[in-house]
Amino acid sequence: MMKSWDPRIEEMPKEDLQRMQYRLLKSLVYRLYSFSPFYHDRMREQNVHPDDIRELTDVKKLPFMFKRDLRDNYPDKIFTSTKDELVRYHVSSGTTGKPTVVGYTQNDLNTWTTSLARALTSVGLGRGDVIQVSYGYGLFTGGLGMHYGAERIGATVLPTSVGNTERQIELMQDLGATAIACTPSYLLHIGEVAEKMGVDIKKDTELRTGILGAEPWTDRMRTRIEDWLGIKAYDIYGTSELSGPMFTECVEQKGFHVWSDIALVEIIDPKTGESLESGQKGELTITILQKEALPMIRYRIGDITTMDDEVCACGRTHPRIQRIQGRVDDMLIIRGINVFPSQIEYALMAIPEVGQHFQIVVERKGALDDMLVRVELTKESFSDKINDIIQVRQKVEHRLRNSLNVNVTVELVEPGSLPRFEGKSKRVVDKRSL
Amino acid sequence: MDTQKFVIRQISIFSENRPGRLAAIAHALGEENINILAFSIAEANGFGVVRALVDYPEKAHDKLFSLGYNVAFTDVIAVRMKDQPGGLYEVAKVLGDAGVNIEYSYAYSGKEGAVLILRVDQVDEAIKKIKNSGATLLERSVFH
Repeated sequence: MMKSWDPRIEEMPKEDLQRMQYRLLKSLVYRLYSFSPFYHDRMREQNVHPDDIRELTDVKKLPFMFKRDLRDNYPDKIFTSTKDELVRYHVSSGTTGKPTVVGYTQNDLNTWTTSLARALTSVGLGRGDVIQVSYGYGLFTGGLGMHYGAERIGATVLPTSVGNTERQIELMQDLGATAIACTPSYLLHIGEVAEKMGVDIKKDTELRTGILGAEPWTDRMRTRIEDWLGIKAYDIYGTSELSGPMFTECVEQKGFHVWSDIALVEIIDPKTGESLESGQKGELTITILQKEALPMIRYRIGDITTMDDEVCACGRTHPRIQRIQGRVDDMLIIRGINVFPSQIEYALMAIPEVGQHFQIVVERKGALDDMLVRVELTKESFSDKINDIIQVRQKVEHRLRNSLNVNVTVELVEPGSLPRFEGKSKRVVDKRSL
Repeated sequence: MDTQKFVIRQISIFSENRPGRLAAIAHALGEENINILAFSIAEANGFGVVRALVDYPEKAHDKLFSLGYNVAFTDVIAVRMKDQPGGLYEVAKVLGDAGVNIEYSYAYSGKEGAVLILRVDQVDEAIKKIKNSGATLLERSVFH
């Protein structure tokens, strides 16, 4: 079994890594200042010139970037590659109905794939493994990202995507899947369905590794999954803005390694924007050092976590980010899909039958997330016939499903019955206990 | 034929399907001294519609509306049935034969016999056919 995909980089002494990061950062900043109107203007506004970047810590002088920058420049206004250089798009949800688009050059795909090849190797996967990719394939980055990463290390991919769980379990058995990549809640669901089918994943399959992510989970859940299914479960991290799923834990299971030649990580105070010391809790901020089509400088992902910069027991020198502990905004993750309450507000505004106030109740039913949206039926659309009201409810459910890409149950409530808020509203009741 | 005197104003109220909602509606009507003469609840997953014939429909409407309820008037008719086997059949057959669809219905058995409340798709047609069949329609003035 291979220990590292690229030992020279992965075990490079920290000083050398940082020198490499500085060189990459410097050339990135020069390139963007010269060729990207967006970054040029941002740097001018911040009163910073590429010449001001004289050491790695000078990254602090650079302006931040937010998800709204992608939304405001929909679909591709801040891309720094031309259309004929792009080889793929992925699209994810934005904070208001508008999605965010990520473009990739061939080099971007290669970097992404390399990052995952190192990650998958670090959990002991490689040639001879059968990796069942049960992340969604399509606009979502999870499926295709894992797919290419798994192929790169010479493993055999079983591209099942999500859904049709019974067939997934049959194939897992028949083709001897040794690893599965999916959301932790979907794996729990698979476990439950398998039990109903009379399949004991521990005894009746060859599964021994889970690459789990795209939604928050806890060490308690890890222990439960590992004991129940007889596998080792590893956290994976990424967002579409970074390319997709990029980083996983190594066999030590002590946070995911962020490859320093690909990304420069900072933990900042979300209120002041000040950089925090290693070990302090704050907002994860990432500069992607190698990205052509959609470069990211100091991108504030919104996830709250801590960083550990000590050399890992596995020998890798790259810093580790601890499990994501929360969000700076009100983003929800429902079955692996990002949902912003503002998206719901935006969708509801276009439906005259219901009011603009709403409440979101998220629960875990069985292993899967269930999202209920409560809205007020307006006086004008009230009918004494039950069927008319049911049709209103179905219409709202349909519209929300279309704009969020998540199944939503809608409950119609009496006008004026939902809580009103002055200032910051608390419209989300999250009953999931992780 | 003046069919209007047979058209009765039902109030319909949207209600969430949870404990205490009916009590709140009934309390509001009681406070206004409004008497409920006939009444039904239709329920679907999560919500219901309370339908009632009351002696003062306007007052009931205004009171409930001021409390924030979704409330609407609906035209219904009331037919006296024979309180014996086959009583409902007679009324239903008349409407069925005339091609009048019953959207919903509820009944009560009062002092002077059984009464069937009907919400139909063609109110005038229903009134005429029922009158012609010899059955008794209750006038609006019986209720309010």
